[in-house]
Amino acid sequence: MKQLKTLLPAALLTLFAGLPSVSSAADLTISCGAVGAELQLCKEAVEAWSKQTGNNVEVVSTPNSATERLSFYQQILSAQSTDIDIIQIDMVWPGMLAKHLMDLREVLPANATQGYFQAQVDNATVNGRLVTMPWFTDSGLLYYRKDLLEKYNKQVPQTWEEMTATARDVQQAERNAGNPDAWGYIFQGRAYEGLTCNALEWISSQPEGGLVNPRGDIVVNSQASRAALTLAKSWVGDISPRGVLNYTEEEGRGVFQSGNALFMRNWPYVWALVQSQNSAVKDKVGVAPLPRGGETGNHASTLGGWGLAVSRYSAHPKLAADLVSYLTSAQQQKHRALIGAYNPVIESLYQDPELLAAMPYYGQLHSILNDGVMRPASITADRYPRVSNAFFDRVHGVLAGELPVDQALAELESELTRIKRRNW
Amino acid sequence: MSVSTTHASCDELLLIRETPIQRRRVRAAWLFLTPMLLCLALVAAWPLLRTFWFSLTDANLADTSGGSFVGLSNYLFHDGSSWSGILVDPQWWNAVRNTLHFTVVSVGLEIVLGLLVALLLNIKFTGRSLVRALILIPWAIPTIVSAKIWSWMLNDQFGIINHLMLSLGLIDAPLAWTADADLSMWAVIIVDVWKTVPFVTLLMLAALQMLPSDCYEAARVDGIHPLKVFWRVTLPLLMPALLVAAIFRILDSLRVFDVIYVLTSNSSSTMSMSVYARQHLVEFQDVGYGSAASTLLFLVVAVIAMLYLYLGRRQLEVRS
Repeated sequence: MKQLKTLLPAALLTLFAGLPSVSSAADLTISCGAVGAELQLCKEAVEAWSKQTGNNVEVVSTPNSATERLSFYQQILSAQSTDIDIIQIDMVWPGMLAKHLMDLREVLPANATQGYFQAQVDNATVNGRLVTMPWFTDSGLLYYRKDLLEKYNKQVPQTWEEMTATARDVQQAERNAGNPDAWGYIFQGRAYEGLTCNALEWISSQPEGGLVNPRGDIVVNSQASRAALTLAKSWVGDISPRGVLNYTEEEGRGVFQSGNALFMRNWPYVWALVQSQNSAVKDKVGVAPLPRGGETGNHASTLGGWGLAVSRYSAHPKLAADLVSYLTSAQQQKHRALIGAYNPVIESLYQDPELLAAMPYYGQLHSILNDGVMRPASITADRYPRVSNAFFDRVHGVLAGELPVDQALAELESELTRIKRRNW
Repeated sequence: MSVSTTHASCDELLLIRETPIQRRRVRAAWLFLTPMLLCLALVAAWPLLRTFWFSLTDANLADTSGGSFVGLSNYLFHDGSSWSGILVDPQWWNAVRNTLHFTVVSVGLEIVLGLLVALLLNIKFTGRSLVRALILIPWAIPTIVSAKIWSWMLNDQFGIINHLMLSLGLIDAPLAWTADADLSMWAVIIVDVWKTVPFVTLLMLAALQMLPSDCYEAARVDGIHPLKVFWRVTLPLLMPALLVAAIFRILDSLRVFDVIYVLTSNSSSTMSMSVYARQHLVEFQDVGYGSAASTLLFLVVAVIAMLYLYLGRRQLEVRS
């Protein structure tokens, strides 16, 4: 008994700490991402709409890792919860979440998606239902330090091999010059969706490289993958810190933005942040397409992008759709591009002089977007999370030095075959 | 051992004759127990049975009612050419290995350190009660919060742990605690030990304070070396409490989830059985397969707990 009594205060403390706080009443609840300036922008826009229409909106933030965010949404949606009306969803999820999402065509005007990239609209349409309003598009970019390349008289690398060599030289030179924390290349290496995006770029930039082709064939066990992974493995502990194996976007940005990396693979949102007032590398950063895999390879960047969807279990679907159409309007998309570097999905905005002046790489971006690789989400449908998981898991094993490249690819192929069974 | 004798005498009394008063007492006992049994059935038995049922279906998280009965094929299935199912999934066995590794090392460290701290806090010194309260802090912080704090402290580029070790000259290059496959399990164990040593300390301290002082007085009179007193008197008397602390910790460690998930996500070098089950249940939306993993997890925990209790009791009997 005495034991119990001494334990009681601790037990109670633990209990109370675990209780969820009671949220205040709101007409609508929207869940925005919180990577970079996203949350701030979302809050501001939502506030403007609230003032205009007199509705109460609560903004909730979500985990930074896309994999965790998906799990969070799946839990909320499969419980048919009315807690969240509008969710921000990754463009690889519409197929998985479609049955929980409202058909926006029913409530929005017929021309709601006019002028949008057709690929984006197609991707957001599942069985003829527009389940997501595309909001911004993403593609992997190579960020580089202009000042360092100039200082050591190097070119912006065209191939991954060139990137590796340049990174190694500059890293060594910088360390000799007195910065022991200098690194060559930073990417997203944690075992999560971001690593799938990175590794898909390495593989797809090689001639004939790929994971699952558009017909649904598993093509990953190839010479292209072998070359790509062997090179990537050599980076870890050499031009990339070993910690990169647990980095998502923001950890990597931390290293680059504090001035300790020459190259970084990241999404466009980073531009606005590395150019911000308190950035250590302001005006020292350039953006280029990701390198090609060898002389005969091609530029490949994984396309991402996010949209806004309305939950079918929302108590105010009409109101929610109204807010969605406000947030995705051309004026909002332009504002978000200027302030946060979130790329619009309305094509004409890429010729907008104001945007071109603020972001000199916008001219290139149009072609990067055209060269983009889609993750095989539509073909593998609801097995995509497994496919992606199997892929990033093996790649992570290779990078961590636990798995030889050949064995990893063979294992991956047989696992994908098992996931596929007869058909996706 | 006085407890068991009173038990025995009660049983004997019951066997001799059952008076109306005793019958009434039994009825009253059942009456008082019923709400708790109902509660248990509702919050423990029902979910357990439901999980077991789901493990025999191919239910999907998007629509849990839509699953159909598939027998044991989530566990093991032969489709003409190859075996599939959890029992042949190398990832699952990897998770089992990780969990056992984690449990053995972290519970072992926790018991030893917890006992040491308890012995230390059992000595009278000024400010003892303050220290006793302070030592509870790691246990009171929710695991998610402490794991997140540690993940920043262990960060390879800005983490304070690397900074300290570098400035002390223990290492020449920062370690990637949570990323390096050789280190990440240790990182998880360190955080878990830090968090749960107070719990073990608390139980040990309570037991230490109940030890009879006459044994110690006798030992002092006879001039026995303190170390020998510890091995011959303190430890055997503490054994029951130690076993209780260990079983609590073993059961907790076998189903460890939060600390691992926050520190290293789904990385296979630290994936525990719970992380595996959650990945299938939630990320892959495969309620059937995930429930099968949960059921196996339950069985593993149950078997280990029973074995432990059985061996522990025998050990105590032998000693007494």
